[in-house]
Amino acid sequence: MAVNVVMPQMGESIFEGTIIKWLKKPGDKVERDEPLFEISTDKVDAEIPAPAAGVLREIKIAEGQTVPVKTVVAVIEAAGAAPGPAVVKGQPPATQPRVPEKPVELPQPAAPAATETRGSREAIRSSPLVRRLAREKNIDLATVRGTGVGGRISKDDLLAAVAARPAAGGEPHAAPAAAGAAPHVALETAVPHERIYFGRYEVQPMSVMRQRIAEHMVLSKRVSPHVYSIDEADMTQVAQLRAAAKDEFEKQHRTKLTFMPFFVRACAEALRAFPMVNASVDGSNVVLHGEINIGIAVALDAGLIVPVVKNAGEKSFADLQLAINDLAERARGKKLKPEEVLESTFSITNPGIFGGLMGLPVINQPNAAILAIGAIQKRPVVVEDDAIAVRSMVYLVLSYDHRIVDGAIAHQFMGGIKQRLETWSEAVL
Amino acid sequence: MTYLEAIRSALLEEMDRDPAVVLLGEDIGVYGGAFKVTAGLLERFGWERVIDAPISETAIVGAAAGMSYLGLRPVAEMQFIDFIACAFNQVTNYVAKSHYLRGAPVPMVIRGPAGGGVHGGAFHSANPEMYFVHTPGLKVVYPATAYDAKGLLKSAIRDNNPVLFFEHKLLYRRIKEELPAEEYLVPLGKAAIRRPGRDLTIVTYAAMVHASLEAAAKLAGEGIEVEIVDLRTLLPLDRETILESVRRTNKLLVVHEDTRTGGIAGEIAALVSEAAFDELDGPIRRVTSLDTPVPFSPPLEAHFLPNAERIAAAARDLAKY
Repeated sequence: MAVNVVMPQMGESIFEGTIIKWLKKPGDKVERDEPLFEISTDKVDAEIPAPAAGVLREIKIAEGQTVPVKTVVAVIEAAGAAPGPAVVKGQPPATQPRVPEKPVELPQPAAPAATETRGSREAIRSSPLVRRLAREKNIDLATVRGTGVGGRISKDDLLAAVAARPAAGGEPHAAPAAAGAAPHVALETAVPHERIYFGRYEVQPMSVMRQRIAEHMVLSKRVSPHVYSIDEADMTQVAQLRAAAKDEFEKQHRTKLTFMPFFVRACAEALRAFPMVNASVDGSNVVLHGEINIGIAVALDAGLIVPVVKNAGEKSFADLQLAINDLAERARGKKLKPEEVLESTFSITNPGIFGGLMGLPVINQPNAAILAIGAIQKRPVVVEDDAIAVRSMVYLVLSYDHRIVDGAIAHQFMGGIKQRLETWSEAVL
Repeated sequence: MTYLEAIRSALLEEMDRDPAVVLLGEDIGVYGGAFKVTAGLLERFGWERVIDAPISETAIVGAAAGMSYLGLRPVAEMQFIDFIACAFNQVTNYVAKSHYLRGAPVPMVIRGPAGGGVHGGAFHSANPEMYFVHTPGLKVVYPATAYDAKGLLKSAIRDNNPVLFFEHKLLYRRIKEELPAEEYLVPLGKAAIRRPGRDLTIVTYAAMVHASLEAAAKLAGEGIEVEIVDLRTLLPLDRETILESVRRTNKLLVVHEDTRTGGIAGEIAALVSEAAFDELDGPIRRVTSLDTPVPFSPPLEAHFLPNAERIAAAARDLAKY
């Protein structure tokens, strides 16, 4: 019996995935739940297990191609049935548009127009006249090459595009469907191409993850007016506690004791006290989240991912540390499940581990705020009675969405984190 | 016939036609006017119809307004149009509003030499048309050709409301045209297409029509076809001709010798963006004089005024845009 292998839906907002690597060849035996292929989506890179045991009969979608979710990517001849001849589709040259060759069970996505398409409508330079003519003549400006100053589409360019349109067409070029992977606005170039390519250079295509990060960063900066509040916390007591408990913690829990659970705990409590920071914006509504789910940015070789510690407020200290380490480890091994990067209500990033004194992070949408933790450094500070003491200090920077969080709340929120860290009383073992 | 002779010819024909037409101004009779526009008219029509006035523009305009109430059609000369400023109150508060306030039209013409390029300095080179374009109740005319100068002046004299008639002194003797022997009129409020073109429209008037034509000839050699609209009348503005031309070419350059800020280019730009925004394939640009008084020094005056090179450069940029 043939079992279709489909591109999984990696979360509600995911519409497509790219096959990065096939781990089995046609003709190979596969066990049920054995890793079959690797994919990259908007949210995560992941290994996808085989849905059934048997023999991989056909690979329909080659490595490098992006297809809508639910597209059949392979067929497994389930155990017991006679395997048919193995088939594999050749891999197309990298320059071809990434479209499914034979999507099954889904309406065929329209192929992008043969014309070279450019970025989003907003970024196209034209003129009032050109925009009106494009409307009237049903021309998608993204498909028109501009010859005016700075690549602007002029009247002549538009009229040439009208003239060049195939007589049978008459219809606008279909907008690239999900599978067509039109470049996002974030991937627009800021200056004309000729100002980028000069001297000696090498062109590296962005990975899918890199593109998603770029899109997300541009989107976040565009949507949320970022404000930054900076505070510092005296980590001396926490550092001493950690140093004293480190070995015992590792013995008991078989995982390292880091500073991160201290920060996560402090954040979770501050978020409980200031629900507006644990929120999302939906139009003119503020969505106050009932859970405190803290995303923690994990640096990867060529990117970044933010797995989420769910219900951070409800976990014991040890469970927090276990969850943090487990997520980070699996993030680096591409073993995260898609739901593990969703539903964060607040995020933490840690430029300090790379020695950064502090960082001004970009909000991880749809969160209202993100905390950046600087390097914990010993610094001379003025303590009680005007004495100068050497203390382990850390800078904390909160980036927050000023649409819903004001400075007053942000600084009180930061004050809560600081106080919790400086007067730590919870047992860690 | 020169531009200047065309003006004299219009005065003469209208005085012949209508005994109500009288002239008044400084030294227009015995001396024939500072530029000799009225030369020979005293001899022909006598001192009752060609009146040498005292050196008071206020008095000249005030007297002309009074004469017009009594059934005459006075044509008042400002020796240089700069000095109309002395009669500003009469023109803007009295003459312009009379018909509106009292139902008493003032059929008079105020004419005089305007414009620079003749090393006349700051008191004898002005283009003060926009003070009056901003004054409802007036009509403002500024011809570029001898044909128009004659035809428009005759229409202005026959108009029942006050008309300000600007004569460009640079054109007085430089422009020579064969004019029709028979009588003709040029209607007020109608612009003329001086040169058809498809790539961009230059809207201009007066001496800048000639600079623009020179620029257009140069650009034609580069494959850029410029359409030139000569406004002829600034108030009322011929909106339709401007808009039709912009609809053809989709790009607009406004050129005037008047200074930049508050010049009619701003008004025209506003008109076009209000009425034809989605016809525009490029920004509306201006070539104008600098925002300073007209310099006396010839090199500085040349720097101050627009010229064919500057117009061509702006048009070239806009065509390429």
